Amino acid sequence: MALRAPASWGPHRHRRVIAARHAMQRPPGAKLLAIDGDGALHHHARHELVDLLEAGDLLVANDAATLPASLHGEHVRTGREIEVRLAQRRTLDPRDVHDFTVVVFGRGDFRTRTEDRELPPPLRIGDALALGPLRARVERIVMAPRLAAIRFAGTAAGIWAGLARHGRPIQYAHLDDALALWDVWTPIAAVPAAFEPPSAGFALDWRSLERLRARGVSFATLTHAAGISSTGDAALDACLPFDEPYRIPASTAEAIGTARARGGRIVAVGTTVVRALESAALGDGRVRPGPGLATQRIGPRTRLRVADAVLTGTHEPGTSHFELLRAFAADAILRRATRELDLRGYRTHEFGDFVFLQKECALAHFRMKGFSRAPRLWKQG
Amino acid sequence: MATIRNAALDGLRIAITGGTSGLGLALVRAAHRAGARVAFVARTAQAVQLVAREHAGSTGIVGDVALKDDIHPIALQVLGGLGGLDILVNNASSLGRVPLAPLADTECEELEAALAANVLGPFRLTRALLGALRASAGEGRGGVVLNISSDAAVTAYPGWGAYGASKAALRHLSAIWNAELAGERIQVLSVDPGDMDTPLHAAAVPDADRSELKPPAVAAAEILEWLCAHLPLGARTGIAA
Repeated sequence: MALRAPASWGPHRHRRVIAARHAMQRPPGAKLLAIDGDGALHHHARHELVDLLEAGDLLVANDAATLPASLHGEHVRTGREIEVRLAQRRTLDPRDVHDFTVVVFGRGDFRTRTEDRELPPPLRIGDALALGPLRARVERIVMAPRLAAIRFAGTAAGIWAGLARHGRPIQYAHLDDALALWDVWTPIAAVPAAFEPPSAGFALDWRSLERLRARGVSFATLTHAAGISSTGDAALDACLPFDEPYRIPASTAEAIGTARARGGRIVAVGTTVVRALESAALGDGRVRPGPGLATQRIGPRTRLRVADAVLTGTHEPGTSHFELLRAFAADAILRRATRELDLRGYRTHEFGDFVFLQKECALAHFRMKGFSRAPRLWKQG
Repeated sequence: MATIRNAALDGLRIAITGGTSGLGLALVRAAHRAGARVAFVARTAQAVQLVAREHAGSTGIVGDVALKDDIHPIALQVLGGLGGLDILVNNASSLGRVPLAPLADTECEELEAALAANVLGPFRLTRALLGALRASAGEGRGGVVLNISSDAAVTAYPGWGAYGASKAALRHLSAIWNAELAGERIQVLSVDPGDMDTPLHAAAVPDADRSELKPPAVAAAEILEWLCAHLPLGARTGIAA
C-alpha cells in the first residue's frame, strides 16, 4: 500500500525543480545538504562528505553494476516497435538471467519523457519479442498494459552476450546525451544487478575511499538490485519499489557488528542500501549475511534498526525514495530541507546534488563534526 | 608442487584476455584444470567458441580490448558470467608492427595500435573491473590483476620499439597502480613469462629455433603458481575471510 505525502507538501508540480542535464558522476560544483539529528541544515560541497564522518563510522555502499536494461526491438505478432525495460529479477545468481519482469513501451526513445511514451501493442501470453540478438516470450501479463513477465531463450552466457551487445542503459529525458554503460557504473560497480544506477555511489571515487581510510572510517559493500525509478504509469509507479534481491557479504555483516560495538554510525550510501540493511536486520543492530529479498516498504512508520544515516540524491515528495527518507526524519524537517534545496538551486535526479540525512533523535549519534548544537552534551553524557 | 599450489585456484573467478592462443590459451587450460571459474576474451568468434567448447563451464567472450567501445560489454559479460571477479589477467598483446622494424620505420598508427592493445586496453578493462576486484579483496578471496610483461619492457631491443615501449608503460602502470591500491588490498602485478613458443613470438622472430623457446604450458604453470603465492590467505586455504 503506497503511502501518500501529506497534503501540506503542496502541489509538487509547481516546485522549481532543476534536473541535472549532464551525465557527470562527480561534477566539480556538486553540493551536499547535511541534515543533522536535530534537524539543523548545513550546506557543504559534496567532496566534504568525508569530513562529516568520524573514526569508527562505517559507510556501506551498493556495488551493483548497472545492467544495459533498455532493449529496443519488435513485438513480433504485430510487427510494431517496442522498448523493453528490464525491471526485476528473482535472484542475483549469474545463471538466473532467463526470467525478468519488464516494463514495455511502444515506439519512441528517451527524448520523450517516460510518462509521455506510447503504449505498447496489447501484450498476450506467448507473444514473441525480437530484441536485437535476443529472443523472448511473454509468460505472464503482470499489470496491463505495460508490465509483463518474459523469458529469454538461450544459454545464460548467450543472454549476457546479447545484453552486452544490444542493451543500453535506461535513459533519462532530462539528460542532453544518451548514456553509455560507463556513465552509469559507479566507481565501485562489481556485480551487474541494478536496473538503474545506485547513483548515490557516484559520489565515491577512489580518492575518497582513501580519505575515509585515513580518517578511520570503515567502508563495506553489499549488492542490491536497484530497481527502476519510474515506469511512466502512475498505477505502476505506486507499486515501486518492486521486491529486490540483495546479497550481504559475511565481511560486511561483520563490519556492521564491529562498528556497532564501537558505537560508530552505520551510514548507508543510497536508499537501496537502507532497504537491504533493514531487510536483513536481526533486531540488535546487526544484519544477517547472505542472499535475501527486500520486500518491505520503508516509510514514516518504519523503525530503522540498522541505518543511522543515509547519503542520497535529492528526492521529490511523493516518490518512494522520499517516503524512505521519512523513516529518518520528521516531516517538518524534511519540508524545511525540501524548501532549502529549492531555494539554493540543488539539482535533482541521477547525476544531481546530494543530501546527507542523519536519523532524528538518535541520541548516541550526535557526534557529527561541524554540528555544534548537541554534540557536547552527548559526548560527556 | 605446481599442482598442489594450483588447488588454491579452485572456485576462484578468473578472467584472461587473449585466451584463444599462445600463453592466454595455456592459462585458460591450466586455470580451468585447477578448478577456477574461467572467463576468457578474444577477438575471433570462431576461436572463442572452440575454446569454450573444450573447457566446460567456461565463459567465452568475443571482444577486442584495444577498442574502447568493447571494454564495458566485455566487463559486463565477465562480471555477469562469473558473478564477480577475483583475478584479472591482462594477457592480450599486440606487436604493433609485423614484421618488426626500427622505430624510424614504424608508422604512428602502428605504435598507436600497440599502445591501444597493450596499455590502454588493460588500463580500461582494469578500471571497469576494479570495483569487483575491490569486493573480492574485501571478502578475502582475491583482488589481483596480473599484467603480462616482457623483457622488452626493460631492455632496449632494436626492432621491438612499439612493443617494448608499450610493455614498459604497462609495467610502470602496474607498479603505480599497485602502490595506489595497496590500501584496498588489490594487487597489480606484472610478470615476464620469458621467450615462449607462441604465435606472437613466431610473428616477431619467424626464424627462431623453437626448441629453445619455453612451451606456453610451462610458462602458464609457473605463472599460476606464482600468482597463488600472492593470493590472500583466505583464498589459498579455501576459507573466505
